[in-house]
Amino acid sequence: MAVITYRDALNQALVEEMERDPDVFLMGEEVGVYNGAYKVSKGLLDRFGDMRVVDTPITELGFAGLGIGAAMVGLRPVIEFMTWNFSMLAMDQVWNSAAKLLSMSAGQFKIPVTFRGPNGAALQLAAQHSQALEAVYAHFPGLKIVTPGTPADAKGLLKASIRDDDPVCFFEGEMLYNIKGEVPEDEDFVIPLGVADLKREGSDVSIITHGKMINLVLQAAQQLEKEGISADVLDLRTLRPLDVDAILRTVAKTNRVVLVEEGWPYSGITATIAAIIQEEAFDHLDAPVLRVTQADVPMPYAKGLERLAKPSVELILEKVNRVLYR
Amino acid sequence: MATKVYMEALSPTMEEGRLITWLKKEGDEIAEGDVLAEVETDKATMELVARGSGLLRKVILPEGETASVGAVIAVIAGADEDISSIIAEAGGDGAAPPTAAAPAGAAKEAEEKGAAAAAAGPAAEGTGAVATAPAPAPAPSAAAADGAEAGGRVKASPLARRLAKQGGLSLDQISGTGPGGRIIKRDIEAALEGAPAAAAAPAVAAPAPTAEAAYADVPLSQMRKTIARRLTQSIGPVPHFFLTIEIDMTQAMELRKKINERFADQGVKVSPNDLIIKAAAMALLRHPWVNAAWTGEAIRQYSDVHIGVAVAVDEGLITPVIRNAHRKGITEIATEVKELAGRAREKKLLPEEYTGSTFSISNLGMFGIEEFTAVINPPEAAILAVGAAQDKVVVENGEMVIRNRMRVTLSCDHRVVDGATGAQFLQTLKSYLEEPMMMIA
Repeated sequence: MAVITYRDALNQALVEEMERDPDVFLMGEEVGVYNGAYKVSKGLLDRFGDMRVVDTPITELGFAGLGIGAAMVGLRPVIEFMTWNFSMLAMDQVWNSAAKLLSMSAGQFKIPVTFRGPNGAALQLAAQHSQALEAVYAHFPGLKIVTPGTPADAKGLLKASIRDDDPVCFFEGEMLYNIKGEVPEDEDFVIPLGVADLKREGSDVSIITHGKMINLVLQAAQQLEKEGISADVLDLRTLRPLDVDAILRTVAKTNRVVLVEEGWPYSGITATIAAIIQEEAFDHLDAPVLRVTQADVPMPYAKGLERLAKPSVELILEKVNRVLYR
Repeated sequence: MATKVYMEALSPTMEEGRLITWLKKEGDEIAEGDVLAEVETDKATMELVARGSGLLRKVILPEGETASVGAVIAVIAGADEDISSIIAEAGGDGAAPPTAAAPAGAAKEAEEKGAAAAAAGPAAEGTGAVATAPAPAPAPSAAAADGAEAGGRVKASPLARRLAKQGGLSLDQISGTGPGGRIIKRDIEAALEGAPAAAAAPAVAAPAPTAEAAYADVPLSQMRKTIARRLTQSIGPVPHFFLTIEIDMTQAMELRKKINERFADQGVKVSPNDLIIKAAAMALLRHPWVNAAWTGEAIRQYSDVHIGVAVAVDEGLITPVIRNAHRKGITEIATEVKELAGRAREKKLLPEEYTGSTFSISNLGMFGIEEFTAVINPPEAAILAVGAAQDKVVVENGEMVIRNRMRVTLSCDHRVVDGATGAQFLQTLKSYLEEPMMMIA
């Protein structure tokens, strides 16, 4: 299996799906001539031409709506937000139209659009450009929410998202584009939405996470192993549909849970997961469910403060120790 | 704070217990951990330990009476504390039979309110603060002596509550090692591993004089009730059949004699029954269909052999278990049987010493019984009834010779063991006993 970057895995997924299905096209700011702000669409314009790789002006509301309209008439658009921070300008289109059209049209309109782009904090981009927004989108029924944390997941899940008949919000981890991993070259390598992945087997504590955070969690699990603690690490991979069975399985196995997310704690993804666990697995809990999230503040610009505001391996270790009563 | 004394589940299967003797009387000073009374369970006589300190203010359950697990049977409290409401709740002034006054709610109440007992001890000050301290300091487990909050509620994790319920444990008997004394999984596991200590059993017989024809009503002991219930269960739904075989014990008896001569200075004395246990264990290994149990959903074949050895005691019988008999030597089995049987007669067996057998052996040879059928001990699939080994005239190669012969009968649960299966097992058993060297080959 080839070892490639997360960026190239996404590029492979786009190429393969555009080759496979002429209805798939890519649209967004600088996706064409500039090869993408993060170079995910590198080479696509040359390969597929400007009818299928469409550069747009800085008009998120406009091109998101255009993508939804294209999906309504049968195409399969992939809409790149240069970052999810800018998607807020297109909120009405995504939340009010894409999410609801299937229901409001009584099933007459499928919306097979994929919105994708980098998500979460990078380094010192300050409050307006350092946001993990999957929880906001996950709030709306009708959207599928995908958060790959590794190159292989990025490829397999993007292909599944493009093939899906519902609107999918695909959150790539900013800072992950250069990480490398083994990625299957098989064109039929598709990871179904709604299936979590047990990235590490353990017995003492369950650490459940998604997206970029899987990498921090695996580092923490390695550290814990040295201390004699065996962690079960579950990567949710998609937040809607959510693999509740996998969550309940790991809780039943270890009886102790730490939830990790990049975003804010209030109304966050981990808040929802914690609620599900107490509803569905109450009798399996030997300790309260604890969470690791970003600090409940706008992301600071100052380097030291930014470091303190973000989830870290140290924070994960601290919560694991607390949940184990150590 | 007043501490209710509950009838506790002192054995895994206990549903009610009879108060044999109060070792403390009303007015006595009680310290937590003191032995308050001796209680007869369905298996043995056990000690009931105080869960709080103070004066034994009220004895509710009189000696000789029976109460369900969870019923309040006494009250420990301070000298001038008002305990009238507790007594009223427990069944008036104590005259009412507590057996009737112990619905399922009592056990639940015990779980909910039992912390009152623990709270009566010196309060673990500041444990609450640890749990809410902003710094993530793990609570020192030693400081968390009990699972009680000031409100009298037992702090336990949901998992611990479930495990305690499954294990028949009352949470107020358990010390929590989680934050603020929270009872967690490991505490329940520890409690389930450690069994309460057994106490000596005083003889009980209360003949009731009457004006009519002379007779005596001997009250049913808990053990007798258990025997009645279990055997009814067995002979009713378990379809028994019986297979008898005669075994030549000449060589086995010679072996026994040699072993006993050789180990005489070590005080080891092997009985014929010990040889039979060993032979049966070895044969069971080769016949897993006999070392089995009917579970209702499946036939459970055990990979280890735990042999229950029926021991007659004053009021009935009990089967101490020789665990992993297939891995033990004959002298080791002999020593263990002697020790367990001795304690069985004194009613000092711990619950784990008489539960969990996979096959049982009942031997009435010492009473001169030549042959009999034993009733299966459910859920086991078979039991071996052993008769007396006696010298008999048998025909060998057309000549009459005197040989030492013994008849054994296998009672089989036909749902698990078929005729041929049982017969093959008996053949193997016979071959081991007739050529005991095969047991070590």
